[in-house]
Amino acid sequence: MSANFVALAYLIAAVLFILALKGLSSPVSARRGNMFGIIGMTIAVLTTLTITQNLIYIALAIIVGGAIGAVVARRIQMTAMPELVAAMHSLVGLAAVLVAMSAFYNPVAYGISPLHASNLIELFIGTFVGAITFTGSIIAFGKLSGKLGSKPLHFAGQHWFNLFLGIVMIAFGIMFIFTQSWVPFLIMIALALSLGVLLILPIGGADMPVVVSMLNSYSGWAAAGIGFTLNNNMLIIAGSLVGSSGAILSYIMCKAMNRSFFNVILGGFGGGEGAVEAGKVEQRPVRSGSADDAAFLMGNANSVIIVPGYGLAVARAQHAINEMADHLIKNGVKVRYAIHPVAGRMPGHMNVLLAEAEVPYDQVFEMDEINNEFADTDVVLVIGANDVVNPAAKTDPNSPIYGMPIIEAHKARTVMVVKRSMAVGYAGLDNDLFYLDKTMMVFGDAKKVVEDIIKALQH
Amino acid sequence: MSSAIDPVIINLTVFVLAVVVGYHVVWNVTPALHTPLMAVTNAISGIIIVGAMLAAGPEQLDAGTVMGLIAVMLAAINVFGGFLVTQRMLSMFKKKNK
Repeated sequence: MSANFVALAYLIAAVLFILALKGLSSPVSARRGNMFGIIGMTIAVLTTLTITQNLIYIALAIIVGGAIGAVVARRIQMTAMPELVAAMHSLVGLAAVLVAMSAFYNPVAYGISPLHASNLIELFIGTFVGAITFTGSIIAFGKLSGKLGSKPLHFAGQHWFNLFLGIVMIAFGIMFIFTQSWVPFLIMIALALSLGVLLILPIGGADMPVVVSMLNSYSGWAAAGIGFTLNNNMLIIAGSLVGSSGAILSYIMCKAMNRSFFNVILGGFGGGEGAVEAGKVEQRPVRSGSADDAAFLMGNANSVIIVPGYGLAVARAQHAINEMADHLIKNGVKVRYAIHPVAGRMPGHMNVLLAEAEVPYDQVFEMDEINNEFADTDVVLVIGANDVVNPAAKTDPNSPIYGMPIIEAHKARTVMVVKRSMAVGYAGLDNDLFYLDKTMMVFGDAKKVVEDIIKALQH
Repeated sequence: MSSAIDPVIINLTVFVLAVVVGYHVVWNVTPALHTPLMAVTNAISGIIIVGAMLAAGPEQLDAGTVMGLIAVMLAAINVFGGFLVTQRMLSMFKKKNK
């Protein structure tokens, strides 16, 4: 088939990918958007099949990979989405490295023989971004799935060592460009693989939403970089879409935590120092109540806003909270949910967890949409969340989280906080919200408390 | 100025335009769907499968084609897994009247 035809088919696929992303602007159009994405990918793959040999082997590889992907997609728990996404980033990174090595081994297959200096530079960039994505994502996967422990890992002179490794890697890359030989190419890959590990290890568990978004971005840039080498517009366009998507998500996550990107990447937050401070939290009196009290207050309210955090998902209380909301709605109470951008462990995670529990998405609001409503709200139920409702972020310039956007739960008439104990959150801070006169603490396991509230509401 | 445009420049043109389009499209994605966005971009970055197929394409089997075939398999996991898990998540987002 002619190269022109292939290029035109790729153009159609590229437009379909753009439509797939555009569909996600609303839950109504999102499913159709995903369909566009599937059609686009099918066109791209079938078109490429017409210009390759070894059809049987390729088909076999697609079937094996596709079957693994399909099984995982069916079985994965929604709480484990961050791990799945990290694992998939690593696959793209590894695939990019393999394609780059193959292109260098046999440039004729891509019609890029002899290799020009520009091809080699692009090959170098695509390869090292792919390699860093590969190992970095494996570390992120390990931290997210709890296999590695989420504590940041530090050693003296870490950043200088990484910088040194990076410079040596670039030096070998330049040597590769001039000598066109395997040895510097492979050393460069090995260094990039180690850099991926070293860059992600020092980053704490609380910062994983940023890391996952960042690796999402890298996996796109790696694909685009390979596209430059192969002069393949399909790879360049799709890779760039993914790259900019991940970059924007990283930016949104950083902003939601009021931290600069470099601050996150250079590590040292979430665990460690914060936990030490937690010991010297002063004892202040709090008002606590039972699930019955909570049910009474909410049952008599006109409006309730639920502020869920990841602790809700840990306690598997999503379904219970939806049932509780149904009871309240039946009693004429207006129920809404307020979601902080970093409520889950990846962007938008909490929305998916609530959707899985059949919470209708028109009851769920983003922080910016709902923050003005708290002053007119009777009861706020904070459940499994802590730092994202800490008023110190607005009022105390000395607080480490000062300036972080928060859900303004403290403005409601009554605040109820469901919590296991008075333990501190990720940031290791005490939370002034708990000590307000209008705040009632309900101690206990989130799921148990919500189930008790439901029982009380049924009377 | 010579008449032929270096393919690098054409690639760069496509790249910059795609980044600009990506930037605008992604800012329009509702925050509620950021996790599906990540899953679907995972599937889309599986487009590396196209490069992998070209690597696996030449008739004689050697180190190059074998690396290509492994890459095809890895990318296929992403393509299928990414689109299917996105579909699964999106089907959960429902409105009130149930």
